[in-house]
Amino acid sequence: METPVRILSVKDLVIRFNLRGKTLTAIREASLDLYKGESLAIVGESGSGKSVFTKSFMGLLDKNGWVDSGSICYKGEDLARYKTEKDWLRVRGKEIAMVFQDPMTSLNPLKTVGKQVQEAIELHQGLKGETAKRAVMEIFTDVGISNPEKRYKQYPFEFSGGMRQRVVIAIAIACRPEVLICDEPTTALDVTIQAQILQLLKSLQDKYNLTIIYITHDLGVVAHVADRVAVMYGGDIIEIGTSEEIFFDPQHPYTWALLSSLPQLGIKGERLYTIHGTPPNLFKEIKGDAFAPRNPKALKIDFEQRPPYFEVSKTHKAKTWLLDPRAPKAERPKSIEAIRAQWGCYNE
Amino acid sequence: MSKLEKLLEIKDLRVEFGRKRDRFAAVNNVSFDIYKGETLGLVGESGSGKTSIGRAIVRITQTSHGDILFKGRKINGKIDKALDQEVIRKIQMIFQDPMASLNERAKIDYIVSEGIYNTKNYSSEADRKQKVEEALLSVGLLPEFASRFPHEFSGGQRQRIGIARTLVMEPELIIADEPISALDVSIRAQVLNLMNDLKKELGLTYLFIAHDLSVVRFITDRVAVLHKGRIVELAETEVLFNNPVHPYTKGLLSAIPIPNPRLERTRKIAFYDPSMHQYDLYPPKWIEVESEHFVLTDEKEG
Repeated sequence: METPVRILSVKDLVIRFNLRGKTLTAIREASLDLYKGESLAIVGESGSGKSVFTKSFMGLLDKNGWVDSGSICYKGEDLARYKTEKDWLRVRGKEIAMVFQDPMTSLNPLKTVGKQVQEAIELHQGLKGETAKRAVMEIFTDVGISNPEKRYKQYPFEFSGGMRQRVVIAIAIACRPEVLICDEPTTALDVTIQAQILQLLKSLQDKYNLTIIYITHDLGVVAHVADRVAVMYGGDIIEIGTSEEIFFDPQHPYTWALLSSLPQLGIKGERLYTIHGTPPNLFKEIKGDAFAPRNPKALKIDFEQRPPYFEVSKTHKAKTWLLDPRAPKAERPKSIEAIRAQWGCYNE
Repeated sequence: MSKLEKLLEIKDLRVEFGRKRDRFAAVNNVSFDIYKGETLGLVGESGSGKTSIGRAIVRITQTSHGDILFKGRKINGKIDKALDQEVIRKIQMIFQDPMASLNERAKIDYIVSEGIYNTKNYSSEADRKQKVEEALLSVGLLPEFASRFPHEFSGGQRQRIGIARTLVMEPELIIADEPISALDVSIRAQVLNLMNDLKKELGLTYLFIAHDLSVVRFITDRVAVLHKGRIVELAETEVLFNNPVHPYTKGLLSAIPIPNPRLERTRKIAFYDPSMHQYDLYPPKWIEVESEHFVLTDEKEG
């Protein structure tokens, strides 16, 4: 990351859904810049909008959802204006590809694994017949599937979970995309397999110079793979920074809460930290800081006005009034200070 | 530890699936005890047989060899009806996915009562209502929720309902099969806290089946590591995490991601290769390497 090249730039994106006659605002003016070659992790609880946000980059929103305003700039084009499938086909797979969570359901059980990868190659690279087949073998070797000749003819049920996820990754890579979005790529897998898949993604990233967005709620995985971390809450990115900044110098009360509730930090016999209340109702308009109702130490202004981004460093910014110079000095929870003490390597 | 009362003893358990030529053992040669009031963790990759053990204890799966003793009485194989009823009452299970394990068409009142209906463990309608109410309150839900349907609840609340319906049976042993892996990070902490609180209040004993080792470290007192249907290591949790002996345990522990970017970058993963053992030549033995720390190993490695 010597001279970061901006590859994708999302500005003030608003995404709405129609549900039973009511309108739900899933993404509320979220902005994000993605740089070439980096790994960005998006974390947050379910319903925070992580999946919807990234699906909108590929035009994969459900039929009842739409981009209401804002822009998604990619290579000089505004993806938010794309309307037809024909437009999207130029981006999908070729430019931006996706690896889904569950390798058990994202492959077609009735087709051989080789054919499924070959399909992607024929469609996106214009290769045919034997040459396409040879390309499949190459990709199989790339993603660590041994004995490709034999594996080509097998069906998904003959593959284990980890192997299937390798096939799914092979299909995504086959299109030679610039950006790879991995939606919970290892949640359905065992720890040992998880480690292998993450290592594979890292090596592919180096080989093909990929930009990867990881969507996950496992903060251990985040620490392992991410250069930068974006924390989402209530349809907005409330804090973003390098992974060291997020883990060792978090600023937003929600990021504190998220880190504090990790069982890794729990002391046996004591209670784990829990976040009270429920996530915001997205059918209603959210006033002020979306996290304020669940934040026991919320300021008065948190309920009235939405905080803008405050810069902590060049790479680190957070949407919380605590960073306003006029705000009273807030103490970070003990558990966060404990992380800093325990791992004690962060110097300000 | 010998002073502690053994609530459940498993001796040389074997569970088989399939017929004739396809027959294979999902669980083989497994022996362990669960002491009253402790939380025993059972970890291993998928297919290692952890769920099969859990299901064998609650008599869902047949055992083909070995004994399971609950309070000194054999509960696997053929047992009389009275004992069967007692086992159903005293050993309860919490399932993994609260979205799938609750009957969508039944009200919470029925879901929680189903167990006591089946075992006729109530004296009157008022008594049953009282029991349901108490169970809901003890998991932090309001008694009013009894008239609602499962779809009206969030994932964390649903898992609480799953716990409430086990509590209404007044169990002594709860088998929790991956109770939090389908839940969100922030809700996980709530459910873990709840399980710990109930353990203290009601004196429960848990068999905690999981593959998330960071959670296991937090909640369990002892851990058994399962690989291909055999227990390869068993010890107190902190002992096992600080001083793993079996190479499979080492590999498993080294694969846990740590939420610390600095450590993560330098973390080395030890991959486990079963061919390093020559178990055919040197049959492995169950050896106590230090007090209460057992490892499966052969003579050569020992």
